[in-house]
Amino acid sequence: MSANAERPPVIAPGYTPATVTDKISAVVLNKTPKWWYVGFAISFLAAQLLFITMAKLLVLTVGIWGINIPVAWGIDIVNFVWWIGIGHAGTLISAILLLLRQTWRTSINRFAEAMTLFAVAAAAQFVLFHTGRQWLAVYWLFPYPNTMGLWPQFRSPLMWDVFAVSTYATISALFWFVGLIPDLATLRDRSKHWFGKITYGMLAMGWRGSARHWHNYETASLLLAGLATPLVVSVHTVVSFDFAVGIIPGWHATIFPPYFVAGAIYSGFAMVMTLSIPLRKVFGLEDFITMRHLQNMAKIMLATGLIVAYGYGIELFMAWYSGNTFETFMMKNRILGPYGWIWGLLILCNVLTPQFLWLRKVRNSVLGLFFISIIVNIGMWLERFVIIVTSLHRDFLPSSWGMYTPTVWDWSFFVGTLGLFFSLMFLFIRFLPVISIFEMRTIATGDPADVKSKAHP
Amino acid sequence: MKTLDGPDFWRSLEEYADTPEFAEQLGREFPQHASEWDAGVSRRRFLELSGASLALAGLTACVKQPREGLVPYVKQPEEIVPGRPLFFATAFTLGGYATGVLVESHTGRPTKVEGNPQHPASLGATDLFAQASILSLYDPDRSQTITKLGQIRTWPAFAEELQARVKTARAIGGEGFRLLTPTVTSPALAAKIRELLAILPKARWHQWEPAGRDLVRAGARLAFGQHVETRYDFSQADVIVSLDADPFTFGPGSLVYARAFARRRREAAIGAGTPPRYYAIETTPTSSGSLADHRISLKPSELHAVAAALAAAAAGGAVAGGAADTRFPWIAACAADLKAHAGRSLVIPGEHAPAEVHAIAHLLNDALSNFGATVILTDPVEAESVDQLASLAALVADMKAGGVDTLLVFGGNPAFDAPADLGFAEALQKVAFRARLGLYDDETSQYCQWHVNEAHELEAWSDARAFDGTVTILQPLIEPLYGGKSALEVLCAALGQPAAKGLDLLKAHWQRQHPEGFDAFFRKSLHDGFVAGSALPAKALKPKANVPAPGAAAGAGLEIIFRPDPGIFDGRFANNGWLQEVPKPLTKLTWDNAAHMSAATAKKLGVNNEDLVGITAGGATIAAPVWILPGQPDDVVTLHFGHGRTRAGRVGNGTDGKGTGVNAYRIRMTTGLWLASAAVQRTDGTHALATTQHHFNMEGRHLVRTGTFEEYRKDPEFARKVEEIPTISMYPGYTYDQHAWGLAVNLSSCTGCNACVVACQSENNIPTIGKDEVRRGREMHWIRIDRYYEGTPENPAVHNQPVMCMHCEQAPCEVVCPVAATTHSEEGINEMTYNRCIGTKYCSNNCPYKVRRFNFFDYNKDKHLPVLTLLANPNVTVRQKGVMEKCNYCIQRVNRARMDAEKENRRVRDGEVLTACQQVCPTEALVFGDINDPTSKVAKLRKEPLEYPLLAELNTRPRTTYLAKLTNPNTDLLGKE
Repeated sequence: MSANAERPPVIAPGYTPATVTDKISAVVLNKTPKWWYVGFAISFLAAQLLFITMAKLLVLTVGIWGINIPVAWGIDIVNFVWWIGIGHAGTLISAILLLLRQTWRTSINRFAEAMTLFAVAAAAQFVLFHTGRQWLAVYWLFPYPNTMGLWPQFRSPLMWDVFAVSTYATISALFWFVGLIPDLATLRDRSKHWFGKITYGMLAMGWRGSARHWHNYETASLLLAGLATPLVVSVHTVVSFDFAVGIIPGWHATIFPPYFVAGAIYSGFAMVMTLSIPLRKVFGLEDFITMRHLQNMAKIMLATGLIVAYGYGIELFMAWYSGNTFETFMMKNRILGPYGWIWGLLILCNVLTPQFLWLRKVRNSVLGLFFISIIVNIGMWLERFVIIVTSLHRDFLPSSWGMYTPTVWDWSFFVGTLGLFFSLMFLFIRFLPVISIFEMRTIATGDPADVKSKAHP
Repeated sequence: MKTLDGPDFWRSLEEYADTPEFAEQLGREFPQHASEWDAGVSRRRFLELSGASLALAGLTACVKQPREGLVPYVKQPEEIVPGRPLFFATAFTLGGYATGVLVESHTGRPTKVEGNPQHPASLGATDLFAQASILSLYDPDRSQTITKLGQIRTWPAFAEELQARVKTARAIGGEGFRLLTPTVTSPALAAKIRELLAILPKARWHQWEPAGRDLVRAGARLAFGQHVETRYDFSQADVIVSLDADPFTFGPGSLVYARAFARRRREAAIGAGTPPRYYAIETTPTSSGSLADHRISLKPSELHAVAAALAAAAAGGAVAGGAADTRFPWIAACAADLKAHAGRSLVIPGEHAPAEVHAIAHLLNDALSNFGATVILTDPVEAESVDQLASLAALVADMKAGGVDTLLVFGGNPAFDAPADLGFAEALQKVAFRARLGLYDDETSQYCQWHVNEAHELEAWSDARAFDGTVTILQPLIEPLYGGKSALEVLCAALGQPAAKGLDLLKAHWQRQHPEGFDAFFRKSLHDGFVAGSALPAKALKPKANVPAPGAAAGAGLEIIFRPDPGIFDGRFANNGWLQEVPKPLTKLTWDNAAHMSAATAKKLGVNNEDLVGITAGGATIAAPVWILPGQPDDVVTLHFGHGRTRAGRVGNGTDGKGTGVNAYRIRMTTGLWLASAAVQRTDGTHALATTQHHFNMEGRHLVRTGTFEEYRKDPEFARKVEEIPTISMYPGYTYDQHAWGLAVNLSSCTGCNACVVACQSENNIPTIGKDEVRRGREMHWIRIDRYYEGTPENPAVHNQPVMCMHCEQAPCEVVCPVAATTHSEEGINEMTYNRCIGTKYCSNNCPYKVRRFNFFDYNKDKHLPVLTLLANPNVTVRQKGVMEKCNYCIQRVNRARMDAEKENRRVRDGEVLTACQQVCPTEALVFGDINDPTSKVAKLRKEPLEYPLLAELNTRPRTTYLAKLTNPNTDLLGKE
């Protein structure tokens, strides 16, 4: 294909299966670099904030946050939707792109999936801890047979959420782990230390690389991909139902499911970008996560960003077109009300900034992409804030209007989940191959002579 | 012990260095035998003792606590059925005036105050203060012992010392012996006081009530030459003119007036009779003004002239001093209306309006032949009608001159609430023997040697008169929790009978009045809650037409109006959390008072809400936060007094111990008790205020629907036409075979008086949360009164809209709860199952009415205090943290009625279930009942053309619906206010 000729290659030329294996497994098996300790320590400290806040929540309950009546959901739910959204890229890359046979996904799917898993783990904290009585929520939300014959209320979108998120977490975890098995076997074989040998050995579940193993693996992988594919759209659709099913102006909109899914993929790719750019730098993986990957992700971000912008546009249009007093007021209040500045920032981050991605120059600039991806992440957080808080704070009866100001505990919980996410991420990049080794082997068909110097630095 | 916090102020007072007690204390370092015990203890002995106590402390843990069995009644008392409350008739007094109440008692502990339907001042309703009095009864901060100089003493010790004082005083004919009481209407207490004065002829009885009725008395004296009590019959009044009065929410009789007026207006809406017309001429917005057909805003300095001009226009030459005033074009129309309704009109002066205005009102009522028709004159209700300000001033002057050596202060809190320029507290310290009977060890007790803890009204025998003179015998609902004493008992102690019991005293008093068939009389009076036929008879009197002409209007400068706080009154309820947290009518402020001014005045001063202004009046200055009040006349500042208490208790002292709000008494002087000229300027800083409603504009939404009677006659359905009501739904509707409960709220009647808010709080164990939490928007009231303004900010129409759970047929909250904690009952009540709730708060988010309340913290922590556990309604769950709650139409009352009906094999009758809000409502604005029963009141109201559901277009199909507000403006006057 002529178009391909102009694009950068999926991986740098000259890699063979052996060099690929050497390079990626070296990341895990070499000595722990100093920066890892620093990064992990910071993340782990931040994660302690999460546990402190949780303890406080269990003792005092959610009053420590800034929520009130009318704004009974604050940045707890903002964070929940944000984390779930971020998780979306992983499934999209691993499932849909797998089925579409997009080979470029190979270099990023492993850590995108890991990111998904950790983002869902972060999101799950909010599902549980946003409730007033967490010790009951932890099991009452699940349908279990009990002597009182009480079941959850299946009409509630929150109930759907529980199923959607738990299914998503399960499938993502399975998919990720199944994909890891051949690589774990590689690590088992290459590990010099007895502890590594045993641990990786157990995790590899007796993988010998026989044809039968490979056959089972491929079947499982495809099946899981098929199962995960609907989840890419269903999870955030269900999350959007939390709002769309509600009666509140600014929530009650049929555009929400597609607009939320697009937003989720948008933020998911932004997060993959945010993580992969430093990652490829510190591990010297520029040959595997190439400009081709960054450019593709940039394009997906641009496309989903445009869908999101379209969503904003339709919301504006419908507010006017419906002629509904409450809808019109909601939109006016969103733009000109006390939280109007957040809406302004949101447009700047989510609609205007990604337009730079039209420029090839920007798409080729690693630093530019890095900044844009961070801005998009912030923008998507603001979007959820706008949807949740500004819709709630002024609804139908002006008598009950109010304001919401997050407290230090709102932020500590958020920072805590960031800590949790990055702690898990640091553990992952240290102890597991960040790039799928065996899948990379399938596309590493180059001449070893070209990269001899690179393969053994 | 003596106080729960705060220092012992005695040591800092120099004059006490001279007293032997103080000198001894100084020498001792530790009071009361502490040093004797301490003297012989060596280090060795100390170690022995502490070792022994440690061992003993350990031992106590080993002792098995004796088993305490619950013994059932051997002989079951006849009337006590467990789980079924008893109601006892008694009365609640405010400023001396009684409102008959029925108090609910669960196995001996009173839990809820209801109005006494047979009592002429209640008719079944109460105000918010009566509702909250139950909390004051159980207030853990009430003083619990008799003390002398802070040391615990016994009642006999006090009685002995008091008798000694009386004996000494008797030797000199009672010279220097003084009593200070609040307004007394109690016949028995007055008789006892007179008995004491009889043996001490030179002793004097002073009265002081900070929110008293001196101006009413002065006005009567000006018009009639004597104090005459005026009461009104609003049911006969077609045209009502209030001269700065707040007849429906303030003062004796207000409950009855409000009911009569609202009933007239409601009946006119269904074609029975003509609608009344109410002209509210106000110097500061009042709750009653929100019901007005015309509201006119005046500067207080103009009130006298306007009243005179109105009198001149309506009564011609009958009133002196009035001249046509061209500044107020509405006067002519209003006067014409009055004239056209002679004998069926009513002019009511405000309790705090100048005496001349009262006199003019009397003259006007006389000229319009309203006396005997709508205005009834009687002898004073008070036992001893005096000019209280003069009485207090005389006492202070005598104290300063050293002419007082014994002072007994009964109740009140004069050291806090006396006019600041009198210097009551300093003068008090010149009195050799100062004893105080008080509910709290408060600002006044602090300056008295003896403090006797008073029995609460619900703990003691007493009697009192209502606004029409009807006597109620107050019976205790419970033994005094802390062995408190009543005023009657203290007086008896002074008379040498310290062991006299309240019941015997009352019986003795009433036996003298009713010697024949006394037992039956006493029993019946107690049972009914009032002494039949004790209302004061009407008197025929003619006012004299020599009212001074209005002086020149006041010059430039701001006028400041003092009013009692709508929540904590004159400060007596400062430690009552319910009353502190109730959103005040009109302002919706809680836990604070503020300098209320118009937007123009605020602009002129360069201030905004919550900015501090320095208010200087009578030489003193206070800093108060600004709160802009639409409808307030320009250059007039209204300040509520009662806040700023420092010895009120843990609630009233505020978090910083400086009291809630600002102490307005500091600038309230003898020359300006109700109105003063003041200098107001901006000062640095702000003071955060907690309001429950930030937004007062309806934003063009059809929330409160209003119309005039004329519009209503032309188009009865006008209120229903503004919005389309959808009829289809995705979910199938419910069918109700039995009852279907519903509530109708008549917006024409609601004054926004807050009685329902406090009644609901009392009935449903609703916690108070404190100022900070209110500021965070977490108030817990299940019913709130939304207030909206319509029209110009200078003189807007005010609309009150009580909002509680709507109990929607298609409830948005029910479908979103993931654990089915909020569900639809078979009778259509939207129920909360507290123990199933996990607190997702989704239901609240999805409630378009935002009536759901969430326990963001464990707000009921205080209820674990032993004394407050007694307060709780046993039929209502006390909610724990993390749980949603909301109005459930008092489901405990519905269930009780259903059980009773099932036992008798019948349906629940209409009117058998009254919700707490409905029961207390003075204006009968709320009607609850079975909408499945076509004959029920509420079912009929739902068929009224004025009926409309709130936010009907959302298809929630509420069970709570509203009746549009109707007014009856004078067509000659439109646009002239």
